[in-house]
Amino acid sequence: MLSRLVLRAAPAALRALPPPPVAVGVLHATRQLHTTQQSLAPLPPLPEKGGEVRHGLIPEEFFQFLYPKTGVTGPYMLGTGLVLYLLSKEIYVVNHETVAALCILSVIIYGVKRFGPDVAAFADKLNEEKMAKALAVKNEAIEGLQAAIEEEKKEQWRVEGRSYLFDAKRNNVAMLLEANYRERLMMVYNEVKKRLDYQVAMQTLKRQKEQDHMIQWVEKNVIQSITPQQQKESIAKCILDLKALSKGAHAAV
Amino acid sequence: GPLSERPLMQVRLGELHTWISTCDFSPQGLLGAAQKAWNSYYAKYINVRRGGHTGISMLLAGYCLLSYSWNYQHFKRHRWRKYH
Repeated sequence: MLSRLVLRAAPAALRALPPPPVAVGVLHATRQLHTTQQSLAPLPPLPEKGGEVRHGLIPEEFFQFLYPKTGVTGPYMLGTGLVLYLLSKEIYVVNHETVAALCILSVIIYGVKRFGPDVAAFADKLNEEKMAKALAVKNEAIEGLQAAIEEEKKEQWRVEGRSYLFDAKRNNVAMLLEANYRERLMMVYNEVKKRLDYQVAMQTLKRQKEQDHMIQWVEKNVIQSITPQQQKESIAKCILDLKALSKGAHAAV
Repeated sequence: GPLSERPLMQVRLGELHTWISTCDFSPQGLLGAAQKAWNSYYAKYINVRRGGHTGISMLLAGYCLLSYSWNYQHFKRHRWRKYH
């Protein structure tokens, strides 16, 4: 009883409380929203080859820049002139470091020219393997998901057959009920027939007994009524009949 | 496009003066310019599928030139001739 009073007072008490703080909405607004069109995947593929470079040091754009004015030999003339100027004015001083640089550079250039393609092929192979592994993972994931889609579709198709299943079950139940009903009907029929047969048997027995009894009584009375005189007369008549018959039989033979 | 947004290679010689005036020479601006320059070099010569020695060798050549120019006063003292 007291608990019911408390429950009735609860809504009023809740309304009396201060409303919950609105900080929840503010917290959500400080998160980053995806409003830009940019997406990080899929990335654009890497370019196949880097920018063109001539002699390994000077970009092709320089040659193209000078081509309209000086033709093909322009940059080479520029380079030669520049080198001669630097050497003759000794802005570039030839000393032991020059010799060292020449030796080192020649060795490096020989190494690159000789082993470059092999190293490049090896690095490409490593890259290919990495890509193949990643692609295999991706393809497996895609195949798994497609198989899941197929399974899902099959399950959806199976759901459509639910009605048939229920119809079959309903038919089964109806058949069971029908069989049970017929069984019981049969039982009722048998029981009723048994009782009726009993009644009929009783009546026939009674009638038979009455008939027997009546026949016996009639016979008894008839036998009682036969006097000895009548017995003698009937016996003599029978003998006469027999004699007549025997005579007729003798004549036929 | 507008002058301030164009990269250096597409600025004509006559407009170079105005282009430099629109540059941002604060530390963040210079850092941003250096970052952009490195990013474009990296994307063009190093971050490719079938790159070669070109990307690094150009960097090394530039480094050689820079270090020679920084030590030029030292090299000047080891000239072979006095008068050129």
